Amino acid sequence: MKGGRVRRSPITTTLGLALALPLTLGACGDEAVAGRRVVVFAAASLAPAFGELATAYERRHAGTRVELHCAGTPRLVLQLREGAPADVLASADEPNMARVVDRHLVVGAPVVFARNRLAIVTAAGNPRGITGLADLARADLRVVLCGPDVPAGRYARQALAGARVAVSSVSDEPSVQAVVAKVRLGEVDAGIVYRTDVAAREGVDMVPLPVEHDVVATYPIAVLASGGDREGGAAFVAFVTSADGQAVLRRFGFEVP
Amino acid sequence: MKPAARAPTALWVPAALACALFLLPLVGLCWRTPWPQLGDHLASEAVVQALALSLECSAAAALLALLLGLPLAAWLAAGESRLHAAVRVLVTLPMVLPPVVAGVALLLAFGRNGLVGGPLEAWLGVAFPFTTAGVVLAEAWVAMPFFVLTVEGGLRALDPRYAAAAATLGAGPWRVFRTVTLPMLAPALRAGLLVAWARALGEFGATITFAGNLAGHTRTMPLAVYTALETSPEAAIVLSLLLVLVSAAVLFALRRQWFPAR
Repeated sequence: MKGGRVRRSPITTTLGLALALPLTLGACGDEAVAGRRVVVFAAASLAPAFGELATAYERRHAGTRVELHCAGTPRLVLQLREGAPADVLASADEPNMARVVDRHLVVGAPVVFARNRLAIVTAAGNPRGITGLADLARADLRVVLCGPDVPAGRYARQALAGARVAVSSVSDEPSVQAVVAKVRLGEVDAGIVYRTDVAAREGVDMVPLPVEHDVVATYPIAVLASGGDREGGAAFVAFVTSADGQAVLRRFGFEVP
Repeated sequence: MKPAARAPTALWVPAALACALFLLPLVGLCWRTPWPQLGDHLASEAVVQALALSLECSAAAALLALLLGLPLAAWLAAGESRLHAAVRVLVTLPMVLPPVVAGVALLLAFGRNGLVGGPLEAWLGVAFPFTTAGVVLAEAWVAMPFFVLTVEGGLRALDPRYAAAAATLGAGPWRVFRTVTLPMLAPALRAGLLVAWARALGEFGATITFAGNLAGHTRTMPLAVYTALETSPEAAIVLSLLLVLVSAAVLFALRRQWFPAR
């Protein structure tokens, strides 16, 4: 779990393990630090930006701890549907957020707080000379995409269909983090992720998509009913959508509404 | 083996709790299984594809374990040197390493930029990451130790006098191995193969890290469970149930080896 700040205590783990998802166990960690705890589930592509947002939020709300859990959005949705307690969900697309809303797990209505664009991620220096989507069909290149149900995978397939390029992904990855990791390791030549994924990481380069083939990713955020602190969740959402929160997102390369 | 002395009654409560711990997840699986649509799920292309790939790859991994592991087990059983001890640690390591670590290590060795992966691909055109061959390699890596250690144990338990007798009657070492040792070793071989195969069938972490996750090529049953869980939990539950049944069948087949008749 990258960006995971979830802590576990052995006592709660023992009894809970058989019944609950391991992640939900973070719920009871660190009793010594009395105070509020806001559990935020965020799409993998938000990990670096939300890490900073969480720190900034904690600075302003002394005694409050933000526990950030980042993973591919469908995985977060699954965990929420199976009862994981969380106060906030930041999804990388609207269909996945709708799956949570349909289960009546959301308080109020989701709001769009950021937008993102796609990019081709390549090894540093773009050694294979990739210039655009059409290159991804080259037989000498190994390309990975996120799975078709992961937002980034769905957006990538939309972009490829729009450009009429047929790409066979060698693996359906669970998150943009996994795609970037495979490119960085050199196991694949290219992948399609968000621009912000490439901008925030070293060891990789990006080829932006031309405007006519680009797809705009829309990120909704919502307060969840399953968590222990709705007020804290609402305050965190308010912070993300505030001018200061939006400035952080912009700094990480997101577009803000 | 005789039953142990009767346990004190006070221990029944924690013992029952332990049983509940093992049983409850299985009950949960059955409870959420979409029984009316079971047939449809089992016949779906994704399930059939994953099952076929799993059976092929795990059988290939078990075969690899037999071909490479039997000689290794024979060598290990024949000596007590420091080298033997070191090799035994090496062989046991995959049993205790987290499989995802195995996947990373395999990538660094057999990946495109790996120690031997690059030359292998350049000279022989053999690529492991994101290919079915990679699945077999990952499964063999985690499963072979079970075979080697089982067979080594079987070899050490053999009475050396039979082989010695055959040798005094003029049989060469190869003939002794073939006509005396191997037939006596059959139960251990069978057990080793089954347990290695079962471990290969359940392999997940090393496979998804090293070989990726693509339907029909590298998406074995456990990876199909992981993938389906996010989109179609019912399909994931059916696949899980299938894996539980297969594993239980292996245990049933092995019960004589692991729990000798009383």
